[in-house]
Amino acid sequence: MSQSVNATAPHVGRMEAVGDRWRALPKWQRSLGFVAFVAFLYYLPLLGIPGLTWFRTDYIQGGSSWAGTLFTCAIYVLVAIGLNVVIGLAGLLDLGYIGFFAIGAYGVGLFGSVNSPVVKAIQERFDLPATWAVGWAICLFIAITLAMVSGVLLGWPTLRLRGDYLAIVTLGFGEIIRIVAKNVTTVTNGNAGISAIPGPEGPPSATNTVFGLIDLKPWYWLAITFVLIMVFFVRRLEHSRVGRAWLAVREDEDAAAVMGVNPFKFKLWAFAIGAALGGVAGVLFASRQAFIDPTKFDPMTSILFVAMVVVGGSGNMMGVSLGAFLLVYLPERFRGVADYRFLAFGVAMVLVMILRPQGLIPSRRRARELKDRAAEAEEAPAHV
Amino acid sequence: MNFDELIGQFGQHTVNGLSKGAIYALIALGYTLVYGVLRLINFAHSEVFMVGTFAVFGTWTAMGLQNNPPLGTAIIALVVGLIVGAVASGGTALAIERVAYRPLRKKNAPPLVFLITAIGVSLVLVEVFGVLLPKLFGDSGFTMSTLFSRPRQLLGMPTVLEHKNLFTIGDTSVTNVQAIVFVSAMLMMFALDRFINKTRYGRGVRAVAQNPETAALMGVNQERVIMLIFVLGGAMAGAAALLWNMRFGVTQNTIGFVLGLKAFTAAVLGGIGNLRGALVGGLFLGLVEVYGATLFSSQWEDVIAFVVLVVVLMFRPTGLLGESLGRARA
Amino acid sequence: MFAAAGCQDSGGGNTGSTAAAGCGGKIAIFGAFTGDNAGLVIPSLNGAKLAIKQHNAANADCQITLQEFDTQGDAAQATPIASQVAGDPSFLGVIGGHFSGESDATMPVYEAAGLAMVSPSATRTDLTAKGNKSFFRVVGNDGTQAGAVSTYLKSQNAAKVFMIDDGSAYGAGITAELEKNLGTSLAGKDKIQEKQAQFDATISKIKAAQADFVFYGGYTREAAPLVRQMRAAGVQAKFVGPDGLYDPAFPQGAQSGAEGAIITCPCLPAAKAGGTFSADYEKEYKIAPGSYGAEGFDGAMIYIDAFKAGKKSRADILAFVKAYDKQGVSKYIKFAENGDVDPTKVVIWSYQVKGTTFEPLQELKLS
Repeated sequence: MSQSVNATAPHVGRMEAVGDRWRALPKWQRSLGFVAFVAFLYYLPLLGIPGLTWFRTDYIQGGSSWAGTLFTCAIYVLVAIGLNVVIGLAGLLDLGYIGFFAIGAYGVGLFGSVNSPVVKAIQERFDLPATWAVGWAICLFIAITLAMVSGVLLGWPTLRLRGDYLAIVTLGFGEIIRIVAKNVTTVTNGNAGISAIPGPEGPPSATNTVFGLIDLKPWYWLAITFVLIMVFFVRRLEHSRVGRAWLAVREDEDAAAVMGVNPFKFKLWAFAIGAALGGVAGVLFASRQAFIDPTKFDPMTSILFVAMVVVGGSGNMMGVSLGAFLLVYLPERFRGVADYRFLAFGVAMVLVMILRPQGLIPSRRRARELKDRAAEAEEAPAHV
Repeated sequence: MNFDELIGQFGQHTVNGLSKGAIYALIALGYTLVYGVLRLINFAHSEVFMVGTFAVFGTWTAMGLQNNPPLGTAIIALVVGLIVGAVASGGTALAIERVAYRPLRKKNAPPLVFLITAIGVSLVLVEVFGVLLPKLFGDSGFTMSTLFSRPRQLLGMPTVLEHKNLFTIGDTSVTNVQAIVFVSAMLMMFALDRFINKTRYGRGVRAVAQNPETAALMGVNQERVIMLIFVLGGAMAGAAALLWNMRFGVTQNTIGFVLGLKAFTAAVLGGIGNLRGALVGGLFLGLVEVYGATLFSSQWEDVIAFVVLVVVLMFRPTGLLGESLGRARA
Repeated sequence: MFAAAGCQDSGGGNTGSTAAAGCGGKIAIFGAFTGDNAGLVIPSLNGAKLAIKQHNAANADCQITLQEFDTQGDAAQATPIASQVAGDPSFLGVIGGHFSGESDATMPVYEAAGLAMVSPSATRTDLTAKGNKSFFRVVGNDGTQAGAVSTYLKSQNAAKVFMIDDGSAYGAGITAELEKNLGTSLAGKDKIQEKQAQFDATISKIKAAQADFVFYGGYTREAAPLVRQMRAAGVQAKFVGPDGLYDPAFPQGAQSGAEGAIITCPCLPAAKAGGTFSADYEKEYKIAPGSYGAEGFDGAMIYIDAFKAGKKSRADILAFVKAYDKQGVSKYIKFAENGDVDPTKVVIWSYQVKGTTFEPLQELKLS
């Protein structure tokens, strides 16, 4: 059995070697590499290099729009980055992250769409014209606030619970949000959903020049811009006092408390920040689609959110982004296998976890921990 | 709010809730056994149950069972179904342990990795029963192929036992099926409890649950214990699958997810890792759901269940009975 | 021109079509072809495929391509597909969406591209109340069907009707429409959750209401176990459901529990439909056309007729669909201004479950 451990070790080593070599480069080379990467991200929807067009999802018959798929990928990357704060940085298992995503989506839907019962009620109350609705930027703000508040409200009673209990309680929270959105039809229209959700350019319309209905490239560029901003923001956070506190709490809560780090406070922060990021993702999702209904916010999707963080490499933003990208991209690109794609997806998930339990691109710290654990397992022959 | 209905028919709702909760409890045992020993949430357990419903249905199809058969045939169908269901589910659980969990245990992977692997396994099983088997056997013409003739759709099976009123006290009537579900679930849980608490094997399980290293030093074969708990938990799910088929007579490749979620909730409610907790949690959840659905509307059933879970955990952070397979752990 | 195309569902009868050189084109069909809800949608896809196949076999000089786009019924997957189809000028028409949610989400996209959208099964009432100019459906909406159900209930002198729905856009929609028509005969109601399997609380309520009719708005997945448990619990009330239950899986799943249940469906009995659609379908797919099989066929026929009439641009085809006026397999197809099929042409039949089949009972006239 020790062979299987050794078999994966070189992989870890190779990945780390690439990472180390990258970090060893002079700063200007790294900056150049980074700029080139960002430029590539912006170029991606136009991808026309012969040979590489194979990667486009509209390359196949019955495939989906390439820019549209990239947009969805970017949204999921945003979700992964937010959830990574909760799972990867603070070490809290949140299975109900979809709830915050839903709150973000409903934030812009309920206040921004002329079809929403909330907007209609406000129109009636204040004698506003039937075309009036809250502007997109304000909706974004409302949605983020709502998501953060709900993050705190959920975290307050539950964050004192231990890991596995937290998992089921958060899963329940996600379900409660979905069921409320479905059942309180007088506020949310229930399963009939809300249409005509605005984007940055106002309500969806054929006359929109930038954020239109058919050409989705601008939407992708908007989303990837949000992703880059959030990556920068979370990176700063990770290396700040808050980030170090999360690390301490994740590694050993009691020790952290003794050293004067209040675990509860920092966990709550992680929840609120993660929730806000999920909310942003929800807003963009709802805006591009211009329509939402509660069916999208099901527990299975929520669990898949966690899957993309763990498969990608919990704690490493590059890793979780890759996880999110693959989760959306693979089923879209391989539509050819139609009915079998989720079977293949499940098999892939199991294989990745067995062969690379640390994730595709693990965080350096996590990979080390894992090596230690594996070594411990080897040292204790009684287990075998 | 419909208090009159709840109070007026309180006995009946209690009976309904208990027979609903008994099935939750049986499935919850699988979560609790695995958690008690390995400290991991076996998310694929819901699919172990699903496989059981298919196995039992397959057995009945092979027997050529018709609606409301004579009593003798019904008893044979139930007994054979129980055996096949328990073997199929136990075998599935064991296979999952071997293929997915064991390699991870060798690497001492963190719990989250087990969770995601389990989700992957779940997805695979659901898709195998929803797509792969129908593609392979859907129109092969065997008797059994009716199981897979309508991929992903709800499948109905014959009613084995006609539902009849067994006895009535006041306004409360108990049907034969409800009684069988409840009593047999209790019996199986009692047997399992005795097994864990009184036998040599059970002592091994408790020892590993309490302290794996010491147990190993004392000569307990940890791998055998782990195999044992997966088989036991799976067999209980198989038994639950039989009771489910007998009571409801339908299955589907996705039948496990919601039920598994509820059973896991029940396990946590009672105190995960605690066998009696699974029983208490299951029955409690069944009652809460039926009372809640009566009081409000069935569409709020899950919300009520989860709110009750949060409230219980706020006051008792390790569930109603606390978590321990042997004794309390810090 | 389409009048010349003659009788319906030309099983192979090349009725003097005016196929000119360069006839034919490409249309898209989207819906939940995989995933949990695929069972409801596959018959429609098969119906459409059958129509195209028959046409292509009979008209070598007028080949039509039907491109499938699988959305799993998810609006998030349907919208990028809509953008893809809209942005690809080779697509001249669309069949779909199959669910109301994905239709609602994609309608503005197809409208912006000037693509006609013919839905075989999106029945939510408000879809055609949005002023969308390119959305049509060959199926009656929830309102018409609810009207037919209430006609049926009145004809049976139903005094105590208990209504249940699953909260889905379809089930809740049709139940809400029915509630408007029921008046005092409404004895009680309950809402259940999707994927629910145990219905003790609901059954107690039915018993308490002493209902003589139970109406269920929703799909087979919940209806089959519900009706089965009702019967097991001794509830004798007559079970009535809409076309979501016009699905072979319903009597199969409910076993004897569904015996005698009444299902309304805006679809003609095979014998009345004339033509050979049902027989052809069974020959091709070895199974009777379930819900919306005929609608899918009709949707494809509209485009086939358009191509036969020599229409070659999105605008022409949209105008052709708008003016369509012909007997289809499922009903007489002629669209009202808002895209609904002319309400006076919608024919709703009641069926009774016998064994595992649906026996046509009577046509339900809308009051």
